[in-house]
Amino acid sequence: MVKKLTVFTLVVLMSLGLFAAGQQEAVKQTGPITLTYLVASGTDQNQAGALADGFMALNPDVKIELELRPGGSDGDNIVKTRLATGEMNDMFFYNAGSLLQALNPTETLVDLTNEPFMDVVDDAFKSTVSQKGMVFGVPNQTAMGGGILYNKKVYADLGLSIPKTWDEFAANNEIIKKAGITPVIATYGDTWTSQLFVLADYYNVQAAVPDFAAQYTANKIKYATTPAAIKGFEHLKEGYDKGWYQSGFATAKYDQGLELLANGKGAHYPMLSFAFTNIVANWPDKAADIGFFAQPGTSADKNGATIWMLSANYVPKTTTGAKLEAVKKFLAYSVSPQGIDDLNKAVPPSGPYLVKGAKLPADVLPAVMDISKYIDSGMSAPALEFLSPVKGPRLEQFCVAVGTGQMTPAQAAADYDKDVANQAKQLGLAGW
Amino acid sequence: MKKNTIQKGLLKTYPNWFYLPAVITFAIFFVIPTISAFYFSLTRWTLFDATFIGFDNYVSFLSDPMLSIGLKNTFIYAILTSGLKTVLALPLAVMLTSNIRFKGFYRSIVFFPVLVSTIAVGITFSILMQPNSGLINVVLGSIGLGQPDWLGNPKLALYSVVFVDVWKGIGIATVIYMAGILAIPNDYFDAMKLEGGFWIRFRHVIIPLVRNSTFTIILLSFIGGLRSFDLIWAMTGGGPGFASDVLTSVIYKQYQAGFYGLSTAGNVILFIMVTVLIFPLRRFFNSREIEL
Repeated sequence: MVKKLTVFTLVVLMSLGLFAAGQQEAVKQTGPITLTYLVASGTDQNQAGALADGFMALNPDVKIELELRPGGSDGDNIVKTRLATGEMNDMFFYNAGSLLQALNPTETLVDLTNEPFMDVVDDAFKSTVSQKGMVFGVPNQTAMGGGILYNKKVYADLGLSIPKTWDEFAANNEIIKKAGITPVIATYGDTWTSQLFVLADYYNVQAAVPDFAAQYTANKIKYATTPAAIKGFEHLKEGYDKGWYQSGFATAKYDQGLELLANGKGAHYPMLSFAFTNIVANWPDKAADIGFFAQPGTSADKNGATIWMLSANYVPKTTTGAKLEAVKKFLAYSVSPQGIDDLNKAVPPSGPYLVKGAKLPADVLPAVMDISKYIDSGMSAPALEFLSPVKGPRLEQFCVAVGTGQMTPAQAAADYDKDVANQAKQLGLAGW
Repeated sequence: MKKNTIQKGLLKTYPNWFYLPAVITFAIFFVIPTISAFYFSLTRWTLFDATFIGFDNYVSFLSDPMLSIGLKNTFIYAILTSGLKTVLALPLAVMLTSNIRFKGFYRSIVFFPVLVSTIAVGITFSILMQPNSGLINVVLGSIGLGQPDWLGNPKLALYSVVFVDVWKGIGIATVIYMAGILAIPNDYFDAMKLEGGFWIRFRHVIIPLVRNSTFTIILLSFIGGLRSFDLIWAMTGGGPGFASDVLTSVIYKQYQAGFYGLSTAGNVILFIMVTVLIFPLRRFFNSREIEL
């Protein structure tokens, strides 16, 4: 009996002690504000982390905690679900363009149109993070070029010059193939990488059909019936028919593709320029060997680059009060010269910033300069997904089906046109 | 007087009150979600709001040009996996119930894959099946055989997944067969000892008398095959292209794309399809069950 009583007393005392300890902790936490920040793992995480660290160094009273989510469609679902249930983090990092439109931003996000820090943000960028005249996103990355990454050493060794038309590109590929090097790297194991031939061809599409995006959104023009638009699918087929892709390409992964390119085992990789970040991280001595050129089209004097807009930081309506103030302070920092500087130090830029007054560092990669040249000379256009909210989710599957010889370009384009109808209906667009 | 009738009523319904906890659980976790799934399948649902659109989702789901590939693959997958498991598990079960040495060891080897997470199995096999560096092709190459691209060749991908599914699921089928064989009364075997050797015993005693087990295995693995998703997703993601897409992966991709109403309609269709196929099959099997 005495023993039991002792145990009981001990338990009571211990739990009281724990309780007291817990209370003490709660008191400690009321001091600084803690913000949670949802970002995709990978490159985004490095950039967001660099900004968070820089901001915390300047503002010791605010603590920013990164929460990681997967990228791709799984990540999209996390963001949508959290917004819908009101459980979104204090701020989050997400794509601009068609993906943002699907978040129903006027209902779920804080309108940042009149914030003073928005003055330095490029207007072309603002249009990709707006809905119904309200601006929701603050950029914290560089714009990207979508086109052909190539190995300059391979080009120098074989005496090749940069192709400006598709025919020149095809001719180069035959020479590269004869030299025992993979002409075009394909990595269909990561299905999203298959889409570049189609998506990066958009500069050529809009050169041929200037109002393609508007007509496409209004359901008045189709991939299957526009010869310039179907070209992208035909390129995928041509690569398969002519054996440009490396062996095992159907299951190869993105990282394997980068390795082939960096080490000169593959000459071309149709890709977005954010790949530079991975190349710098994994093969720092090879990064200078990589160059960029726009996806070649039909005529040499109409050769330009397709540009991907930056992803941005957004604030959900569930963030209020002191936290909202702290988040705004963070956003202002992220587009300030100091913020850009911190970002440059942490992650080498893979394209130009769309913030007024932001400069690229002097030691920027040569491939980034290749992209900047297209932009500076006016030979660039945003990718279709930043001009139209209509993008079929299964484009990557159609691209793989064509690139592995299972489907003809015409059939894939026609089926893809049906696929985008689902997206347009889901967004409630007029005319579908 | 009044109190008395109330008491009587309570007494009468008293046993029924014990159903209440089960009914509540069943309603919250099964009935309500099922009914709301039927409702949401009739709407365009963005998670933020739902607009009623009648049967539009069903129309667009069924008119999807890629659905036919998914349906065909679903049937190939379900029939092949359940067929192979049934055919291969029986000899295994006979062997594991006979008087061999290290029986326990063999039994655990056969059952082991069942215990491993399906996703882990899928990832492991997709590495083993890599065309250039994967162990399977390295071994095949070293003995001078061809090196097919198991998961990258559109004609082969689905069958490679079927193979792994059978490898992983055969343990369960074997255990069910073993139970069936051990339940056969020894009298039959004793009688058969006079009649002839192993083949007679297998053909005329074991096969007819494990019929109930056979039905169970076919039914379970056929349902499992129809709604299989995790292994296919981990190994090919339905690819390359649409080559190994099945109904569930088509639905999942629509869900991923944010077409919540459409994917719910797909699930309702899957539910109806499984019911329509399994119900008559089950009745047929039940009518032919035997008693030992």
